[in-house]
Amino acid sequence: MIKIRNPRDFWAGVIFLVIGVGAAVVGSDYPMGTGGRMGAGYFPMVLSVLLSILGFAIMASGFATDGPPVDKFALRPLFFVLLGVVIFGILAKVLGLAISIVALVMVTAYGGHEFRWKEALMAGIVLAIFCVVVFIYGLKLPFPAWPAFLSA
Amino acid sequence: MMELLNNLAIGFGAALTVSNLMYCLVGVLLGTLIGVLPGIGPVATIAMLLPATFNLPPLPALIMLAGIYYGAQYGGSTTAILVNLPGESSSVVTALDGYQMARKGKAGTALAIAALGSFFAGCVATFLLAAAAPPMAKIALQFGAAEYFSLMVLGLIAAVVLAHGSVIKAVAMILLGLVLGLVGTDVNSGMARYSFGVPELIDGLNFVCIAMGMFGFAEVIKNLENTGEREVFTKEVHNLIPSKEDLKAAAPAILRGTVLGSFLGILPGGGAVLAAFSAYTLEKKIAKDPSTFGKGDIRGVAAPEAANNAAAQTSFIPLLTLGIPPNPVMAMMVGAMIIQGIQPGPQVMTERPELFWGMIASMWIGNLMLVVLNLPLIGMWIKLLRVPYRLLYPAILVFCCIGVYSLSNNPVDVYLTAFFGLLGYALVKLDCEPAPLLLGFILGPLMEENLRRAMLLSRGDPMTFLNRPLSATLLGISMLLLLIILAPSVRKKREEAFQEAD
Repeated sequence: MIKIRNPRDFWAGVIFLVIGVGAAVVGSDYPMGTGGRMGAGYFPMVLSVLLSILGFAIMASGFATDGPPVDKFALRPLFFVLLGVVIFGILAKVLGLAISIVALVMVTAYGGHEFRWKEALMAGIVLAIFCVVVFIYGLKLPFPAWPAFLSA
Repeated sequence: MMELLNNLAIGFGAALTVSNLMYCLVGVLLGTLIGVLPGIGPVATIAMLLPATFNLPPLPALIMLAGIYYGAQYGGSTTAILVNLPGESSSVVTALDGYQMARKGKAGTALAIAALGSFFAGCVATFLLAAAAPPMAKIALQFGAAEYFSLMVLGLIAAVVLAHGSVIKAVAMILLGLVLGLVGTDVNSGMARYSFGVPELIDGLNFVCIAMGMFGFAEVIKNLENTGEREVFTKEVHNLIPSKEDLKAAAPAILRGTVLGSFLGILPGGGAVLAAFSAYTLEKKIAKDPSTFGKGDIRGVAAPEAANNAAAQTSFIPLLTLGIPPNPVMAMMVGAMIIQGIQPGPQVMTERPELFWGMIASMWIGNLMLVVLNLPLIGMWIKLLRVPYRLLYPAILVFCCIGVYSLSNNPVDVYLTAFFGLLGYALVKLDCEPAPLLLGFILGPLMEENLRRAMLLSRGDPMTFLNRPLSATLLGISMLLLLIILAPSVRKKREEAFQEAD
């Protein structure tokens, strides 16, 4: 078993290699055309092959060079920030901007170091009012402000 | 000369309407506001505020976005001086001496010098932009597809050379950006590529999703890693008017910073960050007693501040004349222009002179507004800095989400942004800078189109890129740059230079 000596290089290389090979496999269905008349698949194939080669080289340098370990991922903020964002996406159309903002603030604030639920709730409500006024009444962005079943 | 004055007259005529002045003001204020907040850079700022400009006509929209950009630049230095936390990466060096000045009770002087230096540099650079743009655009109009392709290669390579960290990773990031740029309908054949049956992907990925995810979300998550509380400089800031000695010490530094910054801003891959670092290094090199730097030397504030503002302005030159963004912020501007139905390039100047010159004139006006407004507003910015981050970041995320959602009123964009936030966070952890990726993404479709056209014209002969002298020169410079940077001795020096910067 060869040892990974430079994990940051190794894993970055893996990401590039996986995306490069994936793009080449998917792109192999597209017509290549010729150099003079390039098809939809020509440029993608060139790029994905180059990306795969570089990805492989970077991955290989993970075995050949020494480097620091990968820092720990901050899993809690990572998870709750992204979760809050996705929840916002799901709720915005159904429950309207105001409620989605409160939900987004509560969930993402929970990902921080100190979570005070009363404070987060207050912040969410203030932000919700501000955004409804500015974005919906002011800038007229096409968001529903309130849940669909209320305005019907 | 007459022509220049004439052009500027058109510009000021277009920019000096009440509503355009308002948009300029709103832009610089919003930009400063967000620039003051640490941990959210100009790219994310523009991405966040872009939707607010969708319903505007092109000129006010671009005026506002440009204002946001140099406002953010400006706000970044306020934070750097008062809190020792640069709001932008281009203010990192300002924090070195600026914060020390603040600790000595000279915060007011530091802020004033930063403001005046920026304003002076902004004026010079805006004038330079106005003078250099028409001849540059004339050259650019003669470019064929092959020249454009080679120019873009050069731009991307130069961006790598000037980026942090590993060269090979930066090249890979560019390629990844180019691949992401492929997603969507192929313009030539109408075929949907890499859309995986998702209807939203047929139109391609929106650059705002990528920018917001990689620069906005990833930055917020990264900031949440540190528990450290910020030490806000709580004392009141007074003595805004610098003394004669201070001015005398700062003036030559401002001048040098302006010249250096103006030059570095034009270079592809250059821009504000590089300009600030270089200006600081230069000052330290030519100072009689370099040991005063880092301990509150006024030149250490004056030069980089002038340089980063000059570079921020001159980096519009390649964007407006060649249509090629030299750095990620300009890449955002390209995106914004395309949304407004304007293809950036040399034809903008001839076809839409009021737009082109109006934008340039507004930059000067915006710089003036920054000086006049911001010095008195510093008290307000300090209050803002006291808002704890645990309340700030959910608010930032709210604005990001609203911005992304309103791109096409579709939650899929929000999910995509979350995905790019995850990808961006992981890549940063693996020492891969996101900036080259964004440049690659923006230039990808243009590169493919010009490659196709050049090859079609040459009937499939790739030698066309080398037979045409201009194209060959551009490619030659790119090769040379790559070789130089891969040479072991240069590599070591470059690493040292960036180390010093961190």
